[in-house]
Amino acid sequence: MSATRTLVLAWSALMCLLFATVGASFVLTGPWSIVTSLAIALAKAALIFWFFMHLREEAGLVRLVAIGAGAWLLILILLSMTDYATRPALGGMTN
Amino acid sequence: MTDSNALDSRPDRNDPHDPGLSETMTERESYLRAGHTLRSWLLTTDHKRIAILYLITVTVFFFIGGAAAVLMRADLVTPQGDLLSNEGYNRAFTLHGVIMVWFFLIPSIPTTFGNFLIPLMIGARDLAFPRLNLLSWYIYMLGGLFTIYVLIAGGVDTGWTFYTPLSSMFANGHVVLVAVAVFIVGFSSIFTGLNFIVTVHKLRAPGMTWGRLRLFIWSHYATSLILVLATPVLSMTLVLMAAERLFGIGVFDPKLGGDPILFQHLFWFYSHPAVYIMVLPAIGVASELVAAAAHKPIFGYWFVAGSSIAIAIISFLVWGHHMFVAGQSMYASAVFSFLSLAVAVPSGIKIYNWTATLYKGHIALDPPFFFAASFIGLFVVGGLTGLVVAMMAVDVHVHDTYFVIAHFHYIMVGGTVSAYFGALHFWWPKMVGRTYFLVWGRLTAIFIFLGFNLTFFPQYILGYLGMPRRYHVYDPAFQVLNVLSSAGASILAIAYVLPFAYLIYSMRYGDPAGPNPWGVTGLEWTVPSPPPKENFAEIPVVTTGPYDYPMELESRDG
Amino acid sequence: MAEPGFVREPFREIRQQHEADMLGMYIFLATEIMLFGGLFAAIFVVRVLHPIEVVEASRRLHYFIGAINTGILLSSSLAVALAVQAARAALARRAALFLVAAAALGVAFLGLKALEYSKEYDEGLLPVFSDPGRFSGPVEHLFMNLYLISTGLHAIHVTIGVLLLGGLALRLTGGALRLPDRVIVVEACGLYWHLVDVIWVFLYPVLYLAR
Repeated sequence: MSATRTLVLAWSALMCLLFATVGASFVLTGPWSIVTSLAIALAKAALIFWFFMHLREEAGLVRLVAIGAGAWLLILILLSMTDYATRPALGGMTN
Repeated sequence: MTDSNALDSRPDRNDPHDPGLSETMTERESYLRAGHTLRSWLLTTDHKRIAILYLITVTVFFFIGGAAAVLMRADLVTPQGDLLSNEGYNRAFTLHGVIMVWFFLIPSIPTTFGNFLIPLMIGARDLAFPRLNLLSWYIYMLGGLFTIYVLIAGGVDTGWTFYTPLSSMFANGHVVLVAVAVFIVGFSSIFTGLNFIVTVHKLRAPGMTWGRLRLFIWSHYATSLILVLATPVLSMTLVLMAAERLFGIGVFDPKLGGDPILFQHLFWFYSHPAVYIMVLPAIGVASELVAAAAHKPIFGYWFVAGSSIAIAIISFLVWGHHMFVAGQSMYASAVFSFLSLAVAVPSGIKIYNWTATLYKGHIALDPPFFFAASFIGLFVVGGLTGLVVAMMAVDVHVHDTYFVIAHFHYIMVGGTVSAYFGALHFWWPKMVGRTYFLVWGRLTAIFIFLGFNLTFFPQYILGYLGMPRRYHVYDPAFQVLNVLSSAGASILAIAYVLPFAYLIYSMRYGDPAGPNPWGVTGLEWTVPSPPPKENFAEIPVVTTGPYDYPMELESRDG
Repeated sequence: MAEPGFVREPFREIRQQHEADMLGMYIFLATEIMLFGGLFAAIFVVRVLHPIEVVEASRRLHYFIGAINTGILLSSSLAVALAVQAARAALARRAALFLVAAAALGVAFLGLKALEYSKEYDEGLLPVFSDPGRFSGPVEHLFMNLYLISTGLHAIHVTIGVLLLGGLALRLTGGALRLPDRVIVVEACGLYWHLVDVIWVFLYPVLYLAR
């Protein structure tokens, strides 16, 4: 059954990514660490959405909803960061 | 209004033995008579009946919130503030805000007119998830009961914004309970929005392409996007605020390394788009009323439709303009100030297109037109002063003054409430099948317009002169303007109560409306008034655009 | 594809109904993403404000238990995906079996999570229950508060998911849920479970692996 094989392959890829993210946490620090771990998490989420959550078979509209939710979350985080990344007293607020 | 097309003859009014005194054939087959028990109303999944349930409850909350406003305006007649205690005044404006925002303005037009009209306008028998629709009314009621409980138990004094650290560390009163009420009612919003989006995508009648959708549908679609994407963030913010108050988790507390401004970021990420949740449906109503009054196709259909979507998207990019003086970084303030000015573009497009639609139209001076004209005028004033407060430098001067109060009341009350009453007057004959006295409708619209301006225009001046919001003891120099404002509020209060007298009267004694009393286009005007339970005997096939004027079927004498 | 089943009001055809159900479920998931999104935004802000302290606090978490739990949730997602596949082929028993397996993995996740909380309690790291004086500093206390709220909220979602999957398995074996007519119910519950998994996929590195 090829459909089953696809699902199992997706799962193996997910497990590999899990090892990768734990491994990376031993090596990387600072901004590189957070960028890498978020990139890996995004890749995992993409695999789950695409293979497990049937996005592969759904119409463009449903894909748009999935992407839209992510895009809106990005608006929330990025625009908040325009404030926190440019505070003059960053880190000095609490000693 | 002539009833040349009323098919059913009215029973003899003078015959006291006629049991059918107040019932016509259409009414007997309508959704209103599809079941007479209370149970048949409380367990209904018919979108029209749920709309009526919402209409009643939303209106009740409007008057509760209005009563709080009456108390405040009465207190503000004298500069000493001798009607309410300091604490009492704080609780009055908080409840006014909480009830008006979450229990009236946000649900008002979508849950009543949206619920009633979306399936009728797109040619469907119901919303996509009828049981979810009923559930969302019950969730709304649960949140409402919590709020009423808080009202009886003594209220809250944080203001509707729940700013930390006031709400988390200092405020007395039932902060957590109100947060729970707003949290609950959020789910009602989410389910309504979800239902509308799926309905518009999947239940359009054959031939009902996107370009043939009414502008009312477009603006409700845009509203639903905001409801679905913004409301959950508010839910999480309230959870964090309640946890901060109960356990001192510190996320908004600098002592533990948190940031009080983070609350404002999260809160306004919801609450600024929420302003457009309130005003976009009103814009949709205005588009319908303008086209109906002018009996002309709407000018620049795609621009009006597209600008609704543009407003929905841009509304998420501007929240920081509430925080210019809160300690936000100057760079972020500049970004938000610039983005805020961008919202004016799609709003301006709408105003110009409505005006162009009316130009050279055969305008029918019916009550809906009076409300639409009043909406446009007040929305322009509210919108332009919105630009004033969106500019960082000016906002520093008028921040937290009555200028801001006047600005958002022009949008919320002048805009949304006018549109709510306009929609009520336009679709009332469709909802109950009877017409009301048009003269009273026109008078109400005029009284609302005059009373509103008398109430809120003085507040612009007060704010510009420096009177801060949320104080009931003020400099005696401000008294004249405050008395004017309170006088206007009493006119406004009468004008808001008036329609309920003649509209309820019309339900029994009005003349049968016929399917299309205004002589306008639209699928909802092709079915009997009031509509039968299944809306359409047969799902219609749509072959024409949304504002296909001049109409061939019948023409009104202009 | 023409699917078997019956059409409810107000739909006209089965395909339209299926698409509407899927779209509705996805929009609901979008609201879940935004719900946790507010929490993620708060965690990121705390990290930007206190980069060093957050890393120190994160190092004291049991990243190994978290990794095992991630693996458990990923595997349960595979089981749910296989269950949906079986349900589409109208193999009710097989689908129920996979659902039970997924629910069991969910219970295992909750068990490990409870073990982790108790270890943190012993170390004086569990807010509300532990003595606040044992935290190394205010930021660690704040970080652990956010940790408890986010993992706690996630655990509530896992619990709901376990109940959903278990109930679904019962209804499938009892014949209360007819296949393939009602396959959409299995698909929708599956989507919910996968999303709970996705949320953990982000929570894990953000909380446990801040370096």
